[in-house]
Amino acid sequence: MNGSLSNILNFINMAVLASAPLLLATLGEILTEKSGNLNLGVEGMMFMGAISSLGAAYGYEQAVMAAGGTPSALVATIIAALAAAAAGGFGALIYAFLVITLRANQNVTGLTLTIFGTGFANFFGELIGKQAGGFVQVSAPTKAMFSNIDFGSLSRIPVLGSLLFSYNWMVYFGLLVMAVMAWFLSKSRRGLNLRAVGENPATADAAGVNVTLYKYTATVVGGALCGLGGMFISMSSTACAGVWVHDCVNGYGWLAVALVIFAMWSPARAWLCGLVFGGLLVVRNYFPIPGLPMQIYSMFPYIATILVLVFASVRQVKEHAQPASCGLNYFREER
Amino acid sequence: MKHGHEPFVRVVKRTNISKQKVILYRVAALLGALLAGALLVAMLGYNPVQMYSDMVSGALGKTLIAVNKKGIVEFSTSSQATLKIVTLLLVTSLGLTMAFKMRFWNIGGEGQILVGAISCSYIAVHYGNTWPHWLLLVVMFIAACIGGGLYGLLPAIFKAKWGTNETLFTLMLNYIAINFITYLQYLPAWQMDGTSFPKIRNFSDATRIPEVLGVHAGWMIALVLAVLVYFYFAKTKQGYEITVVGESANTAKYAGMSVTRIILRTMFVSGAICGFAGFLQVSGASGTLSTDTANGAGFTAITVAWLSGMNPLLMVLYSCFIAILQRGSNRIQTTMGIPKSAADMLIGIILFFMLGVEFFINYQLIFRARHAKEEAAAV
Repeated sequence: MNGSLSNILNFINMAVLASAPLLLATLGEILTEKSGNLNLGVEGMMFMGAISSLGAAYGYEQAVMAAGGTPSALVATIIAALAAAAAGGFGALIYAFLVITLRANQNVTGLTLTIFGTGFANFFGELIGKQAGGFVQVSAPTKAMFSNIDFGSLSRIPVLGSLLFSYNWMVYFGLLVMAVMAWFLSKSRRGLNLRAVGENPATADAAGVNVTLYKYTATVVGGALCGLGGMFISMSSTACAGVWVHDCVNGYGWLAVALVIFAMWSPARAWLCGLVFGGLLVVRNYFPIPGLPMQIYSMFPYIATILVLVFASVRQVKEHAQPASCGLNYFREER
Repeated sequence: MKHGHEPFVRVVKRTNISKQKVILYRVAALLGALLAGALLVAMLGYNPVQMYSDMVSGALGKTLIAVNKKGIVEFSTSSQATLKIVTLLLVTSLGLTMAFKMRFWNIGGEGQILVGAISCSYIAVHYGNTWPHWLLLVVMFIAACIGGGLYGLLPAIFKAKWGTNETLFTLMLNYIAINFITYLQYLPAWQMDGTSFPKIRNFSDATRIPEVLGVHAGWMIALVLAVLVYFYFAKTKQGYEITVVGESANTAKYAGMSVTRIILRTMFVSGAICGFAGFLQVSGASGTLSTDTANGAGFTAITVAWLSGMNPLLMVLYSCFIAILQRGSNRIQTTMGIPKSAADMLIGIILFFMLGVEFFINYQLIFRARHAKEEAAAV
């Protein structure tokens, strides 16, 4: 294999890995926005998922070892995933309660969730780290659960093997969630109801759909997905890989909020757009542009986001794609 | 028979609620939030009373004003650091309020502070040793305001013309600004002479804002600015226009206001005030530019603006409150081993409570049983 081809393959591999947390969080936010809730707390929920998964896996390992046993990496992974989903869901539940039941402003509540989630994660990250004697880190077998899977001979097919069969389980999990959500939103009865709630809650209400229940469920499940996206960052990203890193989510959540617009609220397009953004996040490491300083190159994903926002607004994509009631609270009494 | 169809609890909009009651509710929410924070640290095995008292003493020192070694009366060492944070938060939240009143979600305060700081740092780095003190300060001030203002104007242009999502636009500009500072740190012209360490040089004394009571004079300007912004909203035509656009852009249009012009003008001012905060940071507080110059103030100031209900005078109070939490969190990290991120988490909890209490201020819960009794009494 020649050098430039392997460089391209490496780039694609890294782009896919970088896109995985974005995909999960974007899917979570799409589900949330389909119910009419614009939750700007994605970054916060990702932070909460990131620390909770790491902390729960670490806590489980320590507890088993203290009892004299050997912790199972599989159990640790399952616990981590459950904790991430629960933490993200919990963050979303706070948001949902304030916004749906107490009718608070969606923008401010979402921002607050981001501030809270960031503080929550850094606080507990440092606290657990201090108790662990420096920094938190899960055991090597648990770390291995989040490294790339070897599919045997499949992984060794030239080019294709590396392109398709060389990732960790969370990448494939993201694709599965995408497929399920695409089916749910377009083909299932409940998905249709949910979209009705997001488009016009009063009509859905009149048709006998339990608007409050749909809003709560979609927001909390969406938050759980964001939490899982955060878990990808703390457990399998190359920067963290099972070790708590201060401020590790660092803007991924916000990129996901932008990706929802880019993807026009479609799960399948979220995957494609996620890949493009994953590529933008890592491209500087593979294709240096002569004369362009690295620090300027690092701005690309953010500049691209702005261009996407401008493009979407100039073409008025939003009017066609965004759920009509998105960002507005529904008061049954004020119909 | 009628009661069979009546829900257990109904939500009714309040028509009138006394001002004292509103204040009472808000204070109760604030205390509730602090109590929730106390409960959390207590569950983790720390003494919450000690935490709060250490926070306050860490932020304010033994006394607020002290006599220093040279026999000069000034703010005590601890309160000096806190006052610098107050200044940064107050100025930034005043800037953001301009936009928020208009329902323009400017969460790019961080970026606008940084671009203001970069603009005036350019002057400080290149002319810091040649120009006289007064000229430097004037030009740096203007540069910071224009830099921050233009950075705020950019998303406003797109918002006004195409309705581009300003929340994400302003947010992305934050990351671009911070990356640009990292880039500047690697430029030899901006580094310390004779080193290639990626750090921007310390500015000359001629670029620094003079001190009053031991803290750069920015804190006094910030207080004046709060009063000015208060009057801007309460008494001027422009301030009124902003409020109308915030309530309803259509109403403003029918009233013959140029909504586009108001959005552009207001966002320039909003960014310029944040840029001014950046000037106070580099020229007053730290004497150099770094990626920590804004230090999250762009976000924390959003909290300040909202907690104070966008009332500039209340912002003075809330800036002090949040600054004490932030500064005090450093102390509890050293004395009690509680990570200083506790402050951010606490700020989040406080805001959750304050958002929640608004419901009880605006709405009234009517329970079935009580309602029945009231009806019976009425009959």
